[in-house]
Amino acid sequence: MMQRKDTKDTILEHVLVPEHEIAEEAAVVELLKRYKIEKEQLPKIKSTDPVIKEIKAKVGDVVRIKRSSRTAGECLFYRLVIA
Amino acid sequence: MRTKKIKRIRFGLLSPKEIREMSASRIITPDTYGEDGFPIERGLVNQHIGVIDPGLRCKTCGGRMDECPGHFGRIDLEAAVIHIGYAKLIYKILMATCRKCGKVILGEEDRKKFLEDIAEYRDRQEDISDIVKLVFKEAAKKDVCMYCNELQQRIKYDKPTTYIEIDEEKRERRLMPTDVRERLERIPDEDIALFGMDAKNARPEWMVITVLPVPPVTARPSITLETGQRSEDDLTHKLVDIIRINQRFMENRDAGAPQLIIEDLWELLQYHVNTYFDNDIRGVPAARHRSGRPLKTISHRLKGKEGRFRGSLSGKRVNFSARTVISPDPDIDIDEVGVPEAIAKELTITVKVNERNLTMLQELVKHGKNYPGVNYVRRSDGRKIKVTASNYETLAEELEIGWKVERHIRDGDIVLFNRQPSLHRLSIMAHYVRIMPGKTFRINPTVCPPYNADFDGDEMNMHVLQTEEARAEARMLMAVARNIISPRFGKPIIGSLHDYITGIFLLTRGEKKIEKEITLDILYKIDVDGLAAPAGTFDHTSTPYWTGKQIFSMILPAGLNLEFPGKTCARCITVGAKCEKENCPRDAYVMIKDGELLCGIIDEVALGSFKGVIIERIFRRYGEEVTKVFIKNAARLAINYIKQAGFSFGISDEDIPIEGKEEIRIEAIREAEKKVEALIRAYEGGELEPLPGRTVDETLELLIMQELGRARDDSGDIAEKYLGIENSGVLMAKSGARGSLLNLTQMAACVGQQSVRGERIKRGYQGRTLPHFKPGDRSADARGFIRASFKDGLSPSEYFFHAVGGREALVDTAVRTSQSGYFQRRLINALQDLEVKDDGTVRDTRGIIVQFKYGDDGIDPSKGEFGKVVDIDEVINEAINR
Repeated sequence: MMQRKDTKDTILEHVLVPEHEIAEEAAVVELLKRYKIEKEQLPKIKSTDPVIKEIKAKVGDVVRIKRSSRTAGECLFYRLVIA
Repeated sequence: MRTKKIKRIRFGLLSPKEIREMSASRIITPDTYGEDGFPIERGLVNQHIGVIDPGLRCKTCGGRMDECPGHFGRIDLEAAVIHIGYAKLIYKILMATCRKCGKVILGEEDRKKFLEDIAEYRDRQEDISDIVKLVFKEAAKKDVCMYCNELQQRIKYDKPTTYIEIDEEKRERRLMPTDVRERLERIPDEDIALFGMDAKNARPEWMVITVLPVPPVTARPSITLETGQRSEDDLTHKLVDIIRINQRFMENRDAGAPQLIIEDLWELLQYHVNTYFDNDIRGVPAARHRSGRPLKTISHRLKGKEGRFRGSLSGKRVNFSARTVISPDPDIDIDEVGVPEAIAKELTITVKVNERNLTMLQELVKHGKNYPGVNYVRRSDGRKIKVTASNYETLAEELEIGWKVERHIRDGDIVLFNRQPSLHRLSIMAHYVRIMPGKTFRINPTVCPPYNADFDGDEMNMHVLQTEEARAEARMLMAVARNIISPRFGKPIIGSLHDYITGIFLLTRGEKKIEKEITLDILYKIDVDGLAAPAGTFDHTSTPYWTGKQIFSMILPAGLNLEFPGKTCARCITVGAKCEKENCPRDAYVMIKDGELLCGIIDEVALGSFKGVIIERIFRRYGEEVTKVFIKNAARLAINYIKQAGFSFGISDEDIPIEGKEEIRIEAIREAEKKVEALIRAYEGGELEPLPGRTVDETLELLIMQELGRARDDSGDIAEKYLGIENSGVLMAKSGARGSLLNLTQMAACVGQQSVRGERIKRGYQGRTLPHFKPGDRSADARGFIRASFKDGLSPSEYFFHAVGGREALVDTAVRTSQSGYFQRRLINALQDLEVKDDGTVRDTRGIIVQFKYGDDGIDPSKGEFGKVVDIDEVINEAINR
């Protein structure tokens, strides 16, 4: 097998993977209040998603994603982890 | 209007019981009308299941032709048949259930898990089909039933509707529909949920038909031909077949006919019921009409573009609309549409009579059906009266407050105007009506880009708005003037084009001195507040003159400040030099101060659609009205000037002097061909060094392509040198009005290399493209290089290569349009219900967030400046200049 030298230990370091982190309870409450929504109305992400596995988020967690955006520079996004 | 909310929709199968309950008549006779001309009792058009003859009354509900919606009947089938639409599902269920006890062959644990999963997914309103698929897969694997220990047998599904059981010794036994039904009946209710079905609404045995619902006559009306003969609907024909066979089956069975005959009839009944539902089953001959035409059965009514879903529910034909050919009229406003009188007389707007419009409307009614007139009036009691030559005078007298009048459309009414394919929202815009003679819709040619229209026979549709709300909405959102800036790229999509650009380019180029008469001539169609002070006086006559730049400035709004490089800018900065700005030797730097054009040539970048820097600035600073007037004025100015200056382009404008031709032939083409030959020699001698990552062959091709590409560019440069800047073609290309320098090169100098899939042409014979060449010839000539120009004319082999390359372009456009069309459809279907809410989020109809902020930044590209809410530099500039 050919061994690539530049293989990353974790996909989190890959340039195309934006920064993911589990949002704290308080932040989630704040978020839901700000948009007047239920948790179920958040965009979803599967628990089988490689990034979710990597950061060890559980079903029901909300992850905060910092994406770099061409239009807005940086943009915050939230997704609910589902089964 | 009161809106009701749909809480839920339930899908299920009709049970035989339900079919019997809703049936108004059990049909047993295959005939339709009797000798007396009346429908036959218990026949297929009997009066219990709906009436289509005027004068008759429905025997079920008592309604007349237009009142009775029709009622279902039924045919009791003597032999059960498989429903073709569920044949595959039946097979899957048979495979998954025990042949003896009917239970789904899954262990208790699996069963529980699957049921829980399905319930959970249902709860979350997610698709359960993946779980169901797994249920079928797992259950079909088992050989022995864990509940009754029955050994399972393999079932073969023979399309379309036959099931065969194969036992351990490979003996085959056909499962008749009745056997299938018995097995399906044995499946316990609790197990049915495993298939994602609900036992209350859809028992699997209902997929085997024992009672066939007969749709009401109103759903399959017969038509009367001119000969007085009745012609029945295809569905009726099919039902006749079913009843006939059903009867024959019964007779034969009761007479104790041999099993073979019974089975044949059974099979025939199955065939008729199959084709009744779906007449294009693969491997089954289609049921045909006597004339040989395949019958249109139920599936045809639902399927495809003209089917019930896409044709009748998602899209319908509308009233208050018109369609005709479009033609250009530069003298009408950009937000107007010229409407032929003949169309105006057909399309109406309903106006309620009140004290202020009473006399005006009376006047209209007095015109009768003559334009501008009225087609109908509606009295306060709701009765609608057609205006005719005999009653218009009395109607005008009688007209009173509270009546409604359907008046013809007239100048100033707002209508929607549309050109298909409606690919973006600018394909439907609101225009103001202008009644004109002639038979075509007239539009200002500057609004062609958003519609992607031209006048080679294009047709467009017009819709007359019927409510005040719709008209207000159209005016505020859809008016042409409000859509000058495209929401797609935030630049004007409406602007000058073609000769308008050439005209302005010629006018603003150099220091043109224009005498008073001509200046006035150019400006006479434009509303300007008097002439500016003349720029100077002619030396010999001492009469005043105005410059072209000055004349252009007269249509610019006061206070406009703007600086930008024009289309002729040579991008000095990219080669390290400094931009000379107002001292640009090419006069390519446009500078406008306080509505005065100080320097620079106005071209496509300044005024054109898709670019239009000046238009964009005016729109953002002064709003749509000023922009509309500016675009119109720019066009009129350009036309009047170009008419003064004179402008033409003919075949002789592509002429190049003989020295020029020689130069192209020797210095550009011969030179390149020599280099190509040298490359080929090096390749054949094995001396060609391959480029990194490429084979020697690829390298050779690449280098040759480069060389020949250069040959064409060089010959283009030489041609341009000889044509000179004053050449009409060059002028059009440089100003961005029409065409490119490449087009000119191909016409005047050299067409260049033809390609297929980005490579030189190599297909055709083995090792050569045409029999004129030796196999393995890699020279420019043999691989589709065209030395000639279009003006000179192509040699036969060149002509052939050009056709080869041209064909690829045609195929590409054909493939691209169909693919992008389908892609568009899918995108629209997926995104049509998304909405930007007040809090800036993008949500779907369930309120689920798709984006937390529209486009991440919440900016409408047609409102912001270069992706920002405001252009700070511009604001500062404005402040300084003030």
